[in-house]
Amino acid sequence: MKNENLYNYILGIADNSLILGQRLGELCGHGPNLETDIACTNISLDLFGQVRSYFQYAGKIAGDGRSEDDISMLRKEHEYKNVLLVEQPNTNFAYIIVRQFLFDAYHLAFLRELQKSPDLTLSAIANKCVKEVSYHERFSSDWVRRLGDGTDESREKMQEAINDLWMYTDELFHQMEADKAMVAEGIGVDVTTLKEGYYAYVKEVLEEATIEVPESKYFQKGGKHGVHTEHLGYILAELQYMQRTYPNMEW
Amino acid sequence: MTATDQHIDDVLIPILEKVSDPEIPVLSIMDMGVVRSAVIADDLVKVEITPTYSGCPAMDVIGDDIKKALKEAGYKSEIDLILHPAWTTDWITPRGRKALEDYGIAAPLEAEADKAVLLDGKRLVKCTNCGSTNTRLVSQFGSTACKAQFQCDDCQEPFDYFKCLK
Ligand SMILES: [Zn+2]
Repeated sequence: MKNENLYNYILGIADNSLILGQRLGELCGHGPNLETDIACTNISLDLFGQVRSYFQYAGKIAGDGRSEDDISMLRKEHEYKNVLLVEQPNTNFAYIIVRQFLFDAYHLAFLRELQKSPDLTLSAIANKCVKEVSYHERFSSDWVRRLGDGTDESREKMQEAINDLWMYTDELFHQMEADKAMVAEGIGVDVTTLKEGYYAYVKEVLEEATIEVPESKYFQKGGKHGVHTEHLGYILAELQYMQRTYPNMEW
Repeated sequence: MTATDQHIDDVLIPILEKVSDPEIPVLSIMDMGVVRSAVIADDLVKVEITPTYSGCPAMDVIGDDIKKALKEAGYKSEIDLILHPAWTTDWITPRGRKALEDYGIAAPLEAEADKAVLLDGKRLVKCTNCGSTNTRLVSQFGSTACKAQFQCDDCQEPFDYFKCLK
């Protein structure tokens, strides 16, 4: 493939949205109340929509007739490049909100930079997504504050979720070969420059929410290399069920 | 970008105006501002549409409906989904805004007012039933990606508000 780095770069971005979108989709009909159920599935729908734009572009770059569906449905587990954070399970609403907030804060900062890319397709997608993701971030940061600064029980659950998920945040700022190549070409976002602002903002919100910021320096990584937690296999089993059971079926 | 940057051949306008948004049937796709160009080239009409929200499932249906309407009018067509420039609620025409209100969906406010309403709980959105602005946000997300849920504290009517997108 001529533009293999660009192809991999796009997948690296899109897989985060795909897997988080699938996780949120699991909540359809299972949210804690009607409004949050609808919110989570709306966010899921936005993310899937964004994924379609990315994968359509990736398909064009691959140039071998691969469609958006082929790219999303026909890869194996180790070929998915999403960060470990987004595949973590819907343990309870605190985990759902903390996972969302930790990702949204990154996602928004990332898209703001991607808007400046000289690659016109990527900047157009980012322009579109940034508006939607700012709604997502409002929703998740709002709930972090409400539950953190809520009852003793809600604060305790939020603290537990942040303690557990914190170790997946550092990976957001790791660069793969494709990322470095795209940064060198001036097309990609240098995520290492987003790290400081990210942690400053996250800490600000957590403090408002009266949640303690974890001090642990132990971080997990692997997703971007295709080395996932055991959760991804189950997600893919559901995501790919129709394509695996009825190969080449079309909607 | 304003509506004047649209390139739509005059003869196609009445055909496209008859195609409605499948999720808000009272609203023509022209009043929604999603048709960015429609040009007759030889025996083919090339149409460019842009999505309101990325995940809007209506876009596929809108594409099919445009094709069908043009076919009935004797044209072959090709539909392209374009992302740039990104759609904004400013492209909804005044007639479109009125159609939304008549249908029971409050039309988008200006960006600043929208923020005040969705973030700071300001009461600025007009109830579609009684016209009071004594309304409150129930949820930032509604029945479709583009809407938020509101309730009127004067007449108790629950209604949708079309979120500002800029
Ligand atoms: Zn009212």
